[in-house]
Amino acid sequence: MWYREAGDFKKTYSEDSQTFPIRLDRIGYFVILLVAVLVVPFFITSYAANAVLVPFLIYAIAVLGLNILTGYCGQVSLGTGGFMAVGAYASYKLMTSFPDLNIFFVVILAGFVTAAVGMMFGLPSLRIKGFYLAVATLAAQFFLVWLFNKVPWFYNYSASGQINAPERTLLGYIITGPNTSPSAKYLFCLAFVILLAWIARNLTRGTLGRSWMAIRDMDIAAEIIGVNPLKAKLSAFGVSSFFIGIAGALYFTVYLGAVEVGEAFGITQSFLVLFMVIIGGLGSILGSFAGAAFLVLMPVLLKNVLVGGMGWPTDIAAHFEFIIVGGLIITFLILEPHGLAQLWRIIKEKMRLWPFPH
Amino acid sequence: MSLDDSYTTPDGRTIGGVLMEMKNITLRFGGVTAIEDISFDIREGEIRAIIGPNGAGKSSMLNVINGFYHPQDGEIWYKGERRQAMKPHAIARQGIARTFQNIALFNGMSTLDNIMTGRLTHMKSNMILQAIWKGPAEREETVNREKVEEVIDFLEIQSIRKTPVGRLPYGLQKRVELARALAAEPSLLLLDEPMAGMNVEEKEDMSRFILDVNDEFGTTIALIEHDMGVVMDISDRVVVMDYGKKIGDGTPAEVRANQEVIDAYLGVSHD
Repeated sequence: MWYREAGDFKKTYSEDSQTFPIRLDRIGYFVILLVAVLVVPFFITSYAANAVLVPFLIYAIAVLGLNILTGYCGQVSLGTGGFMAVGAYASYKLMTSFPDLNIFFVVILAGFVTAAVGMMFGLPSLRIKGFYLAVATLAAQFFLVWLFNKVPWFYNYSASGQINAPERTLLGYIITGPNTSPSAKYLFCLAFVILLAWIARNLTRGTLGRSWMAIRDMDIAAEIIGVNPLKAKLSAFGVSSFFIGIAGALYFTVYLGAVEVGEAFGITQSFLVLFMVIIGGLGSILGSFAGAAFLVLMPVLLKNVLVGGMGWPTDIAAHFEFIIVGGLIITFLILEPHGLAQLWRIIKEKMRLWPFPH
Repeated sequence: MSLDDSYTTPDGRTIGGVLMEMKNITLRFGGVTAIEDISFDIREGEIRAIIGPNGAGKSSMLNVINGFYHPQDGEIWYKGERRQAMKPHAIARQGIARTFQNIALFNGMSTLDNIMTGRLTHMKSNMILQAIWKGPAEREETVNREKVEEVIDFLEIQSIRKTPVGRLPYGLQKRVELARALAAEPSLLLLDEPMAGMNVEEKEDMSRFILDVNDEFGTTIALIEHDMGVVMDISDRVVVMDYGKKIGDGTPAEVRANQEVIDAYLGVSHD
């Protein structure tokens, strides 16, 4: 009834290609943005930040990254955990080698380092496709984790083999280290999410995004209309790894503070991000957020219901959590193989006609 | 008639000099010779048809022209220069566009985005500018969108602009594919069976579009088609291939009178 494009005329081509063509969507987006920036930081608790919001924001960045590669460019990658580790270790080395470097630039530079590594491991994609490429990226995953375990230079020869984020400040606020306030953590991550989501949207709606999608949908036809497959695939690997590297850097510096590579960035991490992409919806920015929210929130919610609400012992609840989340994933994929983004699209289609059936 | 002279067709179009010349092209796949020692030329502004029975090597010939296959022997001359072996995307940048026998649209994208991909070779803004979007990238997008809208108007597909191409009926998909090729503003347009699987009405529409494209934009067209009525009607000159060899070349009337072509392909009516 209120949700429709009638009367919302587009007069220029740039208006026609805007992100939210429907007025209610635009309003909703800005309301959410304002609440996220101006309201949430004042009410955020340590639990909400550490269990829900910060991991959600960080995973959202990683999922955006993998979605660019897999959802938009059609290149399957199982190396996400490894690339996050590159981001984390790059930020660690930068922080310890250049103590005066601003933490914001540390994270950005870690993204660039990861982009370079990602493009290197993306080279096989020029020759191999599909499952075979997935296996090649799996090799990247195992190699990178092995590298960060084996070469002591990466963890500054510390006895435990762990890396610890030293305290850094931004504009006088502590961002990393144990004394960080929940709202500082949250806002720092949120800033990156807003910036990167905007970049992801811009890249995917323009020339580059179209050449990625052309490669994904039909690579031979893409090449014949003038897409350089080398450039398209490597740029997708580069941009994707840039995002994932930033996610890895934030995961280490802001979220965990101390990291052991095999534990934090193992193969499970790669699969988790891939599940988020698939559940959220391949080739959708909104889906990236939905997928990350679903897989971050679901376990927390279940735990609260099972342990807090029904009084189950924590260990049994933890097992059931796995069963239920796994079951939900399967149910979802059967009901809507194109993910939450598609579900949202269908709801919107219906909303346009509501309350009339036709 | 010498090769470099331009001349005027009976219907008043000007046919220019040689745009592309194939000299003694031979293409082999292992022991199979798909194209054997074929030479022909395509002149600026003309509609050039390639006909022949199935398996004659017609599609292979188009694939040679747009660089998907590299012939073992022979020379390709394009715009007065000998062309070196290069990748298909580089050839696209030289102004050669094509459509495919089996539709090769990007099914995950809308009609508009599909046609916009045709403009890729004209869009220059780099990744940083695109990431910022506001400014040069958006302006470039708008300029190219205007070109695309011209093509959309021309081919009368305004109403399906935002429809995902996977949902379109076959005839429209063929038209969107033509639109994508046209959006590149090619000097040479290759059409691989543009009317395959269409009904009479769709064929008439498509023929009209091909003639209009040639007429309004002056685009040189090389096409493969099996419908002899259409081929003889719209093309200026016809190459006939059979088993990888050229068996005829000339105006539709000349080809129709060629005994070898009649035996191999056209046949005679038994009445």
